Amino acid sequence: MEVQVMANILDKNDKLAAEVNALFSVHGIFCLNLLGSPGSGKTSLLEHTIISLKEDIRLAVIEGDLFTDKDAERIARKGAPVIQINTGGGCHLDAAMVKTVISKLDLTALDLVIIENVGNLVCPAEFNIGEDVKVTVLSVTEGEDKPMKYPLVFKEAGAVVINKIDLIPYTSFDMNAVKEDIESLNPQVSLIEVSCRTGDGLEGWYDWLKDQIVRKKARC
Amino acid sequence: MHEMAIAEGILDIVLKTAEQHQAKKIVSITLEIGQMTEVEPESLRFCFAALSEETTAAGAVLEINHIPLVGRCRDCEKQFVIEKLRFLCPACGSTGVEILTGRELKVRHLEVE
Repeated sequence: MEVQVMANILDKNDKLAAEVNALFSVHGIFCLNLLGSPGSGKTSLLEHTIISLKEDIRLAVIEGDLFTDKDAERIARKGAPVIQINTGGGCHLDAAMVKTVISKLDLTALDLVIIENVGNLVCPAEFNIGEDVKVTVLSVTEGEDKPMKYPLVFKEAGAVVINKIDLIPYTSFDMNAVKEDIESLNPQVSLIEVSCRTGDGLEGWYDWLKDQIVRKKARC
Repeated sequence: MHEMAIAEGILDIVLKTAEQHQAKKIVSITLEIGQMTEVEPESLRFCFAALSEETTAAGAVLEINHIPLVGRCRDCEKQFVIEKLRFLCPACGSTGVEILTGRELKVRHLEVE
């Protein structure tokens, strides 16, 4: 006997993600899902963001990591509230994991929640976790072929931060080719070039982030 | 290895459906997997076989229908197959292209006994 189903496999996760997003939206909080390879500079970008914005913006971080709390320790040292999720080897965060820890945050005292996903260009791209926007960090040393090799994580992103631009002279990285690839995948994306080591370009990232927070508050 | 999470989602759906239809055994499961998903079919089959042991879905065959990536231009409404991941309208050059198909991760139907 044939039985018609037509069900979305990720429906359960998507519904939980919508619940998480609704919890943030009630309080006018902008939520960002930060993606990228291991070593691309996600945590470094967060450290700079906390130091530079914590006087003006009330922010908290949820850290996804396979086993350790090394990144959470780095974030806590910069003075932002941080919650650790260990996936126990799991390659991505899902909405259920985020929903479980949300009660640890004081949502009445926040403007921004950044969720740093597990370092991985493949798996996290398929799973919404309650964010308003995904941001993908790509570093120069990973090579310029990555957007076309891992298209979904670049297609889904509202912004792509290209990090480690100070290392361009030591590599064969072709910035124009990378931009062309990312823009052909995702013409509406914001492209932001930074170096977390020298600080170059970070003002552009802060401006983008502040604009997103203002827009979210206006929608709520 | 997010195929494990996807296999869990499939198992959840098919076991519920089989129960609703009082089926004793799920023979095959037909999936729709879009071209712009990053799912590895063999890995998905392996994960599903492991998870479905000792359930009514044990031994079920996963039939995968691959769905092409098709877009529609928001400006001139042309529908076209998106090739080489270039989200650009071939008719008018607009970058306002929405995805019509190619992002599916769906269970379409089951064959049960």
